[in-house]
Parts: sequence; structure tokens; C-alpha cells
Amino acid sequence: MIVGQQKPLTEIKAEVAPFSKLLILGCGTCVKTCFAGGEDEVATLASSLRLAFKKDGGQITIEELTVERQCEDEFIKEAAAAIARNDAVLSLACGAGVQMVANRYAKSPVLPGVNTTFIGILEKQGLFTEKCLGCGDCVLDVFAGICPVSRCSKKLMNGPCGGSHGGKCEVNPDTDCAWQLIIDRSKDFGQLGRLSTYVPPKDWRTSNAGGPRKLVREDHII
Amino acid sequence: MSGSKLQEILSQGKFAVTSECGPPRGANAEIIRKKGALLKGYVDAVNVTDNQTAIVRMSSIAACAHLIQMGIEPVMQMVTRDRNRIALQSDIMGAYSLGIRNILCLSGDHQTFGSHPEALNVWDIDSMHLIHTVKDMRDTGKDLSGYALDEPPKMFIGAAENPFADPFEFRVLRLAKKASAGTNFIQTQCIFDLARFKEWMHIAYEQGLTEQVHIMGGVTPLKSVGMAKYMASKVAGMTIPEAIIKRMAAVPKEKAIAEGIKICLETIQELREVKGVHGVHIMAIEAEGTVPEIVQSAGLYPRP
Repeated sequence: MIVGQQKPLTEIKAEVAPFSKLLILGCGTCVKTCFAGGEDEVATLASSLRLAFKKDGGQITIEELTVERQCEDEFIKEAAAAIARNDAVLSLACGAGVQMVANRYAKSPVLPGVNTTFIGILEKQGLFTEKCLGCGDCVLDVFAGICPVSRCSKKLMNGPCGGSHGGKCEVNPDTDCAWQLIIDRSKDFGQLGRLSTYVPPKDWRTSNAGGPRKLVREDHII
Repeated sequence: MSGSKLQEILSQGKFAVTSECGPPRGANAEIIRKKGALLKGYVDAVNVTDNQTAIVRMSSIAACAHLIQMGIEPVMQMVTRDRNRIALQSDIMGAYSLGIRNILCLSGDHQTFGSHPEALNVWDIDSMHLIHTVKDMRDTGKDLSGYALDEPPKMFIGAAENPFADPFEFRVLRLAKKASAGTNFIQTQCIFDLARFKEWMHIAYEQGLTEQVHIMGGVTPLKSVGMAKYMASKVAGMTIPEAIIKRMAAVPKEKAIAEGIKICLETIQELREVKGVHGVHIMAIEAEGTVPEIVQSAGLYPRP
């Protein structure tokens, strides 16, 4: 899923300060799962903002709405009336959702309320970890199912570097060394020998380095 | 032959000695010249670090060029942290045109440790790729795109290896990978844990790797017990046995430098006995002045 984190209240408050009628628009998919922008977070944020403005003697009316997914036109259509009633939209979706809403509702300012963080998983209760960089050319088959592109701090294709210590990464002792994991898993499969093969430089054209990406599915074009 | 004296010495089977100097945080070439003057004649080549510990300093290429003007042979360190394959290849050609004949290929310390933790890193390619690239440029005369170069750079290729990092059993395998990628010489991380180093060397020797690459053992004279403790706890991939820390702690402050040199000399003597060790790399961090004494006391002076 896309993992995100709600921006600090002071930053959100500064963003929305110029407007007197605000719609907080939640998203019911990824950011709901990571407690950043679902229905519950919309309600909590709305209360906090109302209180914060009241404390300063400011005037703001806040409307709340959460749609299933902000990255699909079909779902954000439902927000048309609410958006028309307000001066601005504070979207609690990921960056894709914010831009999708902005794209459909060209006349409304659409502001981000969430920092989109990474593509990851819920590792355990309260802990989300990054697992994919969306490089566009998956190499998990080569590395025993552990991604060095997103999980090695130096993106090493031929690691580990000299900073791997006790299974941890030199950059952060709380982070597992991806290469230690790659080696351990390869050993479990009896495939450690495969890691002695030189892995050539990655072709980054499929990643964001090749410019904004597009995926065309001819078979789905109507 | 690449025109490297270091290559000549190593290929003649002589015990090589290299040292290191870090460029200044500023544009003052005098600093590099002063460090060079301390080392001149006592070592076969001098490594010049490339923004080490991710702190912005004068470029390695420029500092190498200053050393060449003084008649000192440099080993240009190059990390893949800050430049993509376009800039790296361009700088390798530029370096060669300035007379640089040795390169040490590294991935580099992570930028979050340095002076600009907010910087974007590159790591378009890793150190293994860089070794391969320099070798291809030299041996096939082509750049990474396959374009035939007008006068390809012919570098003597070095790499680093850290026998003290984990996982230990993979460290020799990685050395083998670096050897087959085209590495001619290896300079290791500072050796304090001789037992572990010897174990690593033994496997490398048994696998015939010491016939493929010249391994130079890295040594650092400790300056104080504080330095020993700092290196043991804060420097990634560094192990310093408790016995060494105790030795440094046992001497009065004014004798710490002498004790550090003594430990360093003992290590060098032991390294000379290890099968497959072809040289020593003395990293006297901001203490280049101690190198002549170390080289002389170790019986490694005069240099060829």
C-alpha cells in the first residue's frame, strides 16, 4: 500500500488559514489503513482545527467527507457538491489523490494534508516499513525476494557494503541490513552461490529517472 | 602497464607502502602540499580521499593534481555516492589526462553522516560497477555505452574491503567478486583485530585470491584512548579488541601517541608474515607527520 503520515497541525493550519470554508476530504483506501487520512482521521483533524482557530479567534467552517478512493475519478465525483460549497479542499489522500482531485476540480484550491511516504507494508501493529521504490524493473528474483533498491541505503546491487554490522544498517541501527537478509534467505534456499554472480548496473529508464511514467493498456482502451 | 609506480612495485613482488591524505575543507592547496611534503619519499603512493565521511572538501582530482606537481604519485579515491555514471566516467578521463594513474573504487559513506545530511544521494552504480567500468575503459578502450574512446584511461584499479564487517562468511566471496570485476589491488579497513584479519586472509589465500589481487593491509596509529573508543563504537564496520583499548588506556596521556605507533608497528610486523599480504596502507588520520617514523621503524625505508 501507499503509506502516508498526516502533516503536523501547525503546518496544516497555516495552509488553510487563507480560507473561511474548508472541506476536509478523506480517502478510504491506503491512507485509511495507515491511519493518516480515513474517516476517523478526517473527524479528528476537523475537531483539532476548529479548536485551534477558535483559540486564535479565527473564523473557519469545516465540512467533512471521505470517499472510497481519491485516485479514481468515479469516487471523487461524489465530492462535487461539497467541493462547490467550500473555498478550498484539504485532501488527506496520497499525492496521487490530491492531484486527481485538483485535476477534476480545476477551480478549487486543493491542499495536501498528508505527506506521502512510501510503498510499504504494515510490518506489525504500529509499524509500517518501506518495501518498494516502484523502479519499474523488478529484481526480486535475483535477490531472494528482498529488494536492495528500496531496502539497502546505498541501493547496492553487489552488496553488502562495509557498514553492515550485526545484521543492521550503518545508517540506522534500527534498520535491518537488506544484504544480510538477502544472504540469509539465499542460504535458506541453498542459493548462496548465486550471489557471487556480478549483477550489472541497473537500467534506471523504467524508474522516475526516465521522466514521469505512463502505462498504456491497449487492451483496455475503449 | 598503466604508468603507475604502485603497480610496478606490487607486480615485482615488493612489499608496497601507501598512505593517505584528506583534502582541506576549503580551496587552500597549501594544506595538501604540506601533507604531501610530510609523506614524500616515505610511501609509494598517497591515497586522496573523496569527500570522506560525506563532508564537503576540495575534490580528490584537484588534490591529486597538486600532489603530482610535487612528484608524489596519488591514488585517487572515487565514491559512487555523489556522481552518476556520466560524471564518474568523465572524471576518470579527466583524472587520467592530469596524470593520475591509480584509482580506488568505493561506494562511499552515507550522506546522512556528513556535513550535508539533507542532500540527495546518487548511487546510480555501486563500487563493483565502478571497478568493472574502469577496467572496461582500460582493457576494451570503450566507455559503458560501448563508445570507443580516443585514448582510453589506463588506470591501476584498487578497491577496499572490510574483513571486519558482517556477514563474515560473505566477505571473502565479495572479495572474489571484486577480483573478478577487475580489481588489481585491495586496501583493507584498519586492522586492529589481527585474528579476524588472518582468518579472512587464510580463506582468501586458500581460494587463490591472493594470486589475483594484491592485498594491502590497512593500519592506523591510534592517537589516544578516546580515539580508540570512538572508532570502536562510532565508526561503522570497525572492530577494536578490548586488549588494544586497555593498552591505550594504560599509558599516560603524553605517551599515548607513542603507544599508538608501537601498536601500529607491531601490526605491520605481523602483517608482513601473513601469506598473501603484499603491502601496507597507513591511514594516519590528521597525523601524516607520524608516517615517516612508522615507515622507518618498520624497516620499510628507503622505498624502491
